[in-house]
Amino acid sequence: MPRMSLTVNGKAVSADVEARTLLVTLLREHLKLTGTHVGCDTSQCGACVVHVDGRAVKSCTMLALQADGARVLTIEGLAPEGGALHPMQEAFRTHHGLQCGYCTPGMIMTAIDLVNREGHELDEHTIRAGLEGNLCRCTGYHNIVKAIAAGASAMKGKRRAASAA
Amino acid sequence: MYDFTFHRPADVKKAAALLQSSEEVKLLAGGQTLIPTLKQRLAAPRNLVDLGAIEDLVGIERKGRNVVIGAMTHHATVAASAVVMKAIPALAELASHIGDPAVRNQGTIGGSIANNDPAADYPAACIGLGATIITSKRKIEADDFFTGLFETALEPDEIITQVSFPLPIRAGYAKFPNPASRYALVGVFVAERGKKEVRVAVTGAGESGVFRVPAMERALVKRFAPKSLEGVKVDANSLVSDLHAGAEYRAHLIGVMAQRAVEAAEK
Repeated sequence: MPRMSLTVNGKAVSADVEARTLLVTLLREHLKLTGTHVGCDTSQCGACVVHVDGRAVKSCTMLALQADGARVLTIEGLAPEGGALHPMQEAFRTHHGLQCGYCTPGMIMTAIDLVNREGHELDEHTIRAGLEGNLCRCTGYHNIVKAIAAGASAMKGKRRAASAA
Repeated sequence: MYDFTFHRPADVKKAAALLQSSEEVKLLAGGQTLIPTLKQRLAAPRNLVDLGAIEDLVGIERKGRNVVIGAMTHHATVAASAVVMKAIPALAELASHIGDPAVRNQGTIGGSIANNDPAADYPAACIGLGATIITSKRKIEADDFFTGLFETALEPDEIITQVSFPLPIRAGYAKFPNPASRYALVGVFVAERGKKEVRVAVTGAGESGVFRVPAMERALVKRFAPKSLEGVKVDANSLVSDLHAGAEYRAHLIGVMAQRAVEAAEK
């Protein structure tokens, strides 16, 4: 089996994986980082979004071996365990940007990528367009959009999570 | 997904050698089409050659009157490129509406055109702008490159390295996306390449992929304005009819999108 190594949430890890292993499978089943979800498994829903070398990608549509040597950031890497939430996570809590929570890790990773690309002042159109690849079946998106606008502004001046991974 | 042997060559030469020496081999670019295809077991190569570690295949540069884009350049990079936005804004605009943000962060221009999906966006830009596809072996004019549904002129051991787009006088792209997949139900790329040459390239609608509309091109050479396309009909007979849209509807959309593309080009 091919051996690979990568950095996940700042920690160097290595794993033996079958070539066909998806990145999301490596994260969830080999590394037990189950915060990243599998929703549709067909690259539609965005529940599996993580950052690879600072880019938000769908980890169900990437082979683990494609991330060999890469820096991967998952929802678990945004805030220290038991510590203060990342400003984007806090904004989702404050603005009730979730109900069942299944899509939330992907929404938050996508939202942070959007802030990294588009800055801290996001209008509604930019946010909605940025969420094209993330589906939520509970909220109707309204509070997610509010949460992302607030989270984007709250991230101002804070360290950029993706570049710190 | 069936298992395979994964190769990750560091340069194009090694990748080409692997294509020659391996049985049942496929190239992996961004994987945004290939990986779903493998997951559905619609393809089951024994060898997969990942181009992701070849740095020479990534980058965008202005070379004289051309914009040259490396095959492994992500859609998001093209969409955000200052070079592309200045030289051919329609191309940056097209790249900014492929799939969704995460797909654009991983999908590549080389992968898109090598796959030649009949509803992909890039083939329309290649034909509309009269691009040249540069491979590990030769240069292929876009007009000769897209040969049919998911078919290209590429030989089995040939790798796209760059795509060179000549600067148009002006160009525009308009697409009516399928709301679920964001693939083009109909996408029209219009480019004025010279005083007497206008190209109109249509994706999403043709039974054998991207195609040009000579009647619209003639009308736009006379006068480059949306109004020139009024009354120019596209024959629905050779268009796709599927669960997403009928051929008649697609024929109508080509007219509407072509006018919008000309409008976008005028800005």
